[in-house]
Amino acid sequence: MSAKEYLRERFMPHIWCPGCGHGIIMNNLVRAIASLELKKSDIVMVTGIGCSSRISGYLDFHTLHTIHGRALAFATGVKLSRPELTLIVPMGDGDALAIGGNHFIHAARRNIDMTAIIMNNNIYGMTGGQFSPLSGYGKMATTAPYGNIYEAFDIVELARGAGASFVARTTAYHVTSMKEILEKAINHKGFSVVEILSQCPTYYGRKNKVGDAVDMLNYYKDQTVPIGSEKKKDNPALIERGIFVEEERAEYCSEYQKIVERAKRGQQI
Amino acid sequence: MGDKILFIQGNEACVEAALYAGLDFFAGYPITPSTEIAELLSARLPQKGGKFIQMEDEIASMCAIIGASLTGLKSMTATSGPGFSLKQEAIGYGIMAEVPCVVVNVMRGGPSTGMPTKVSQGDVMQARWGTHGDHSIITLTASNLQDLFAITVEAFNLSETYRTPVILLLDEVVGHMREKLVLPDPGEIPLVQRLRTSVKEGTDYHPYLPREDGRLPMSDFGGVHRYNVTGLMHDMWGFPTDNPQVAYGLIRHLVDKIEGHVQEVTRIKEYFLDDAETVLVSYGASARSALHVVENRRARGERMGLLELQTLWPFPADAVRERCTQAKSVVVVEMNMGQILQEVRKVLDDPEKVFLANRIDGTFISPTDIRNILRVIQGKGV
Repeated sequence: MSAKEYLRERFMPHIWCPGCGHGIIMNNLVRAIASLELKKSDIVMVTGIGCSSRISGYLDFHTLHTIHGRALAFATGVKLSRPELTLIVPMGDGDALAIGGNHFIHAARRNIDMTAIIMNNNIYGMTGGQFSPLSGYGKMATTAPYGNIYEAFDIVELARGAGASFVARTTAYHVTSMKEILEKAINHKGFSVVEILSQCPTYYGRKNKVGDAVDMLNYYKDQTVPIGSEKKKDNPALIERGIFVEEERAEYCSEYQKIVERAKRGQQI
Repeated sequence: MGDKILFIQGNEACVEAALYAGLDFFAGYPITPSTEIAELLSARLPQKGGKFIQMEDEIASMCAIIGASLTGLKSMTATSGPGFSLKQEAIGYGIMAEVPCVVVNVMRGGPSTGMPTKVSQGDVMQARWGTHGDHSIITLTASNLQDLFAITVEAFNLSETYRTPVILLLDEVVGHMREKLVLPDPGEIPLVQRLRTSVKEGTDYHPYLPREDGRLPMSDFGGVHRYNVTGLMHDMWGFPTDNPQVAYGLIRHLVDKIEGHVQEVTRIKEYFLDDAETVLVSYGASARSALHVVENRRARGERMGLLELQTLWPFPADAVRERCTQAKSVVVVEMNMGQILQEVRKVLDDPEKVFLANRIDGTFISPTDIRNILRVIQGKGV
């Protein structure tokens, strides 16, 4: 099946701004799904609110566009009811880690089999450029006119600490590895987290004077390195990308099935 | 009637009834005084292959049951005041996306943390207007375990019929009270299954195009029809739109599908109303004390009756008007500052004859509390 068949073309053009990284992510996600040869009717895509969440409207799966921050909670209900379905949950950084932070860490702890994609553009784009939990110290935003005084989350460390069994980071520049990472994340049985740095030239770029979309993509090229790179030793500010965690661990729905069998036999443990 | 007799709590009766109705999925979060419902279902649901999940918070539980219901499972959550507040945004999503599910609120004293172990009926208006935006909602309640069983099954039936969340508004007294329940036999109470579309694979399916009767056949998530579900204003395919005509049509549909069926949704019980000069109007645990007073007064020859509401929303305006118009005085008995009182006054031509007998201090309203008000109304002094 060609990648194009996964699109709802009647909703093109999409709403994302010129230069936005989210379209690159959608492109690679669709290619990853196509190369895995997954059936469209076996995929449920659940999203929250924000620029990222509009991805569910453009793709021809069972799509559930929910409320701000709660995509993983809805997805948990779908997955536990129908464990054979493939759940993909794209979220924004504010969506997943501010209002949805609690659901994020608990979905990771549960290790429920779904793929959480965090389209991290370091800003609230849909509402016009307020700082997010990923903006970082000293960055400018419409609600931080004198500079942001929060440190950013490290999504990889947060996901690892919360118990996700697959954790990766990539960027909108690294399209080839992005597709490979998404394939592995979707195939992984357990809670998979993929952070994808995605440029927002309209708000984050403009507010922080980091140039246009091309400049921001070049930043991802120059300021990120593969995990374990020697360059990182000389320059600790470089951001690592690649697969940080890939472990086989008890998955929630499989464990719940054991509960069902125990309950039917009338056993306690 | 079945021959299995139980002596159990109201919360337990709610669980028995939900399972009878075909409950397959429960998500919840611990909160007094509803926790027994979650505890029991954590044991009972897996025994039948159903799913129980304790979520990380209240709104997550509400979200999870909506997700589960979309795959075709009958779903429920249970909570109390603070948790009911936390669920409200997702309840609105369930209304907008037209997803059947049942939300139990075992009311306790509020506002805020209030009195967690004490009784109240303070959430009547929150059940109606807790979530934002124009909408309608079905809210049911009951005063004894036999009725609670039937009304819980009814909550599932109405939610499947009208594709909407139904609020089951219990209170701490009914939830924790123990009394006899005769378990109905399978098939004794009819069960409603949601309409499922007959549209074949490959044919355009419109998940949000109402039939002539206003009902919308569903297609299970994971089935042959792929469609979009959103909390945004949406067209007949479920895709976002801000077209004024479509928006108007959807809001009207969401309201009319319930407000246009008030008669079908109304459940009331009548005691000695035929010639009643004084009508007590009550619901939930309060109706028990009200019934006690009415029975005693009838025994003394006084013309007093009780109208017990089991449907609170949509408010059964016609039924109340019809049964209260001839009365000289109407006394609304409830454990709040008069939330149903105001509704009763609204629907009667002579609202000045409507009085309130209430308690708001966490103490169960007693027959004496009601008698004290009756003395004042009947001019017998305080």
